[in-house]
Amino acid sequence: MESVTPILEFNKTCVSYTKQTMAVKYVSAAIDRNSITAIMGPSGCGKSTLLRAVNLMHNLYPNIRVDGEILLNGENILSMEPIDVRRRVGMVFQRPAPFPTMSIYDNVLSGYALNGVRLSKTEKDETVEHCLKSVALWDEVKDVLNKKGTFLSGGQQQRLCIARALAMKPDILLMDEPTSALDPIATAHIEELMQELQKEVTILIVTHNMGQAMRISSKSMFMYLGELVEYGDTATMFSNPSDERTKAYLTGKMG
Amino acid sequence: MNDKVYRILLFAVALIMPIVCGGVVYALVTDAYDAFQHFGFFKFLTSSEWSYTEGAEQYGALPFITGTLMTTLLALVFCIPFSLPVALFVGEYFKGTKIAAVLSTVTDLLAGIPSIIYGLWGFYTLRPLIMALNISPQGSGILTASLVLAIMIVPYASSLSAEFIKMVPNDLKEGAYSLGATRAEVIRKVVFPVAGSGIFSSYILAIGRALGETMTVTMLIGNTNNIPDSITSTGNSMASIIANQFGEADDLKLSSLIAIGLILFLITAFINLIGKIMIKRARIA
Repeated sequence: MESVTPILEFNKTCVSYTKQTMAVKYVSAAIDRNSITAIMGPSGCGKSTLLRAVNLMHNLYPNIRVDGEILLNGENILSMEPIDVRRRVGMVFQRPAPFPTMSIYDNVLSGYALNGVRLSKTEKDETVEHCLKSVALWDEVKDVLNKKGTFLSGGQQQRLCIARALAMKPDILLMDEPTSALDPIATAHIEELMQELQKEVTILIVTHNMGQAMRISSKSMFMYLGELVEYGDTATMFSNPSDERTKAYLTGKMG
Repeated sequence: MNDKVYRILLFAVALIMPIVCGGVVYALVTDAYDAFQHFGFFKFLTSSEWSYTEGAEQYGALPFITGTLMTTLLALVFCIPFSLPVALFVGEYFKGTKIAAVLSTVTDLLAGIPSIIYGLWGFYTLRPLIMALNISPQGSGILTASLVLAIMIVPYASSLSAEFIKMVPNDLKEGAYSLGATRAEVIRKVVFPVAGSGIFSSYILAIGRALGETMTVTMLIGNTNNIPDSITSTGNSMASIIANQFGEADDLKLSSLIAIGLILFLITAFINLIGKIMIKRARIA
């Protein structure tokens, strides 16, 4: 079952916002292919910062430095073109934000439109149908594809954003607290969806919600003050954490 | 008791502005009445005759309406390639940095320069240049006035556009970047469409400024009472004909000038109203 090169590997990854302070300190971890890995930790522990390093989001802000290595299929993304990396690493954000000027149909294809890739009408139709089906949104929106994406409910909008990311056929899908702005029913929908999606794509999810990490992930990272404190099987970590800090967080003594 | 007095006082003061506005409209309409009655409202708008021969006076507003619209539209065309980059620089590329603050302050300073200064600059610097380049023999004209007008409205268009560009949510921009878009693509396909109606409305308000600008245009447009046949020929705008001739006008001529003023007032008010409504809509969306 063990694959030769991990799909994603952090190697002494550091992120700093200012010269004095590091938000992420020497994180090393290998992520399993076609799995869901959860990143947990209290607010400000650097979990979102670590996630955003994977698709070079930090390159947009000149003050932020990323050091060490992040290997995507063995290749260090820190020396790759951000645009190439982002096409292979999709991202779903905390708040659902479909493009307000585009229809549902165009939102799914927005990655292609933004990159100037032209698709034929049939390719477009197929991509839209396939992606909306894989996020279980097709039946709900197939008759209103020309309506604006913002017309949908919050949960539907988030699924549309997942579809938008999937349309680019990424190797990895990064999810930054994707359900924190959603109600419990919409959250359950998205969690169910992730279980299905891991067959096609490797998912790395930042979550505040321990129950969510337990329900969906096979492996978990626990971060505290920028350090990766513990990384291992989710079930083991929850039943028998090896570090005192993990234990304190999981039992609610810290958070 | 005290509260009541305060309220009545406030109400009375607040009422002064609508009364002043109403008074202006009333005065314009009553004084313009003669001209409209003598020539007919529609005829006055479409006649291009402007002659003050005793007994056979003919006044029509068409050359000046044309002059105003030509200078304003040309100024808008010249203004876009300067104001849009400034707005992008301040609102997107260098958002929140010192250099953006400096640039937007300097641009806003342009709005504070008295129009007579622009007129002088246009007359003594730009006009000789236009003659030297053989664009037009007399130097002054629609083109010269439009160029200076364009510089004058850049700050109005750019500072408001920059506000709308700044308001485009970061979520949307990061969403587009995460799909592999370059900065240029994010601007073209996300920032501009989302900020579009706001940017459009800032240009409408800039047009409102250009329509009524008097001093600069009077100094540069050439002041001839014909319909300009090209952008390099001379003409007169609605504001400039009034400024040029009100001192020596009486009776029918004065009434005709005031009628032109009324038309200018209506056009400007209409444009500003549209701009304001659009801004309100853009802010809500």
